[in-house]
Amino acid sequence: MNSGFGSPALDAASRLMTPFMLMFGAYVVVHGHDSPGGGFQGGVIIAACLILVRLVRGRAAGWVMPPETAVVLLCTGAGIFAGVGLLGPIFGGHFLDYSALPLTLAPAEVRAAGSLAVEIGVALAVTGVLELIFDVLVEARDDA
Amino acid sequence: MARLAILPLLALGAVLVAAAGGLPRVGDPESPAATHVSPRYIARGYEETGATNLVTGVLADYRAYDTLGETTVICAAGLACWLILGGRSRGVGP
Amino acid sequence: MTPAFDPLAIAFLGLMIVGAIAALSVRDLMAAVVVFGAFSFFSATYFAILGAVDVAFTEAAVGAAITAVFFVTAIFRTDRGAD
Repeated sequence: MNSGFGSPALDAASRLMTPFMLMFGAYVVVHGHDSPGGGFQGGVIIAACLILVRLVRGRAAGWVMPPETAVVLLCTGAGIFAGVGLLGPIFGGHFLDYSALPLTLAPAEVRAAGSLAVEIGVALAVTGVLELIFDVLVEARDDA
Repeated sequence: MARLAILPLLALGAVLVAAAGGLPRVGDPESPAATHVSPRYIARGYEETGATNLVTGVLADYRAYDTLGETTVICAAGLACWLILGGRSRGVGP
Repeated sequence: MTPAFDPLAIAFLGLMIVGAIAALSVRDLMAAVVVFGAFSFFSATYFAILGAVDVAFTEAAVGAAITAVFFVTAIFRTDRGAD
């Protein structure tokens, strides 16, 4: 499936929808504190946008990620989560205790900032995993 | 054989329907899930985590350890898919 | 607080059961994927009626979109019949 299903109508529709889908995914991740959503849902929306581009335009779309990049992305996401968690013991708190972070904010805002970093990590990991699974499903060996 | 499978299926359905009668009503403030830690989270959640959406506050702050495990499981699933189905670029496998 | 026997919730529960039986009994796998997407939307609406908006959001995004795409990809890699 290197060529995609590109017809002119599909191509125009996907080009029109892509920026809005990416922006909505980022909004769901960042605004998850105040509205329904969060890292998992936002990551799924961003991955759905990438899969849409890949389905319509095939490998010709230059910014479709290869599986190695997806693996780097998912490990980065999980690493951000665990790293933010490890900052707690470093600054004298408990593991995953965001209130120990040395930020000059109100205590609730410090914990909100820690949660936001964790949500971004989850979103990166989910995007990478869904991209990776789609890519290996499409590109699986024919003799497998 | 396929018709024989109906019998345990019906038995399982009867057990589930009977057990569903013992569940608390939706939104019941007296249910066990709503009486232990939930009031504490609902009362102090906003001022402690700064999250208007309590679900995110619980998932990313109070229960962050659960979410870390969940993310690890998702990553393991993705890597397993890659190792089983991929491998064409490494030249291994049948 | 939502009453336990909200008629709207009962209606969507019934639609979920109908959708699940239809997805199991359809012979064409592609049609089964489409019916399963409809089932996911029914269950997402049911969660929203119960007040669990986050769960409904996740169900609509994962169950209806991503799962359907993965199923269709897997069907294209294999044969289309059910047996």
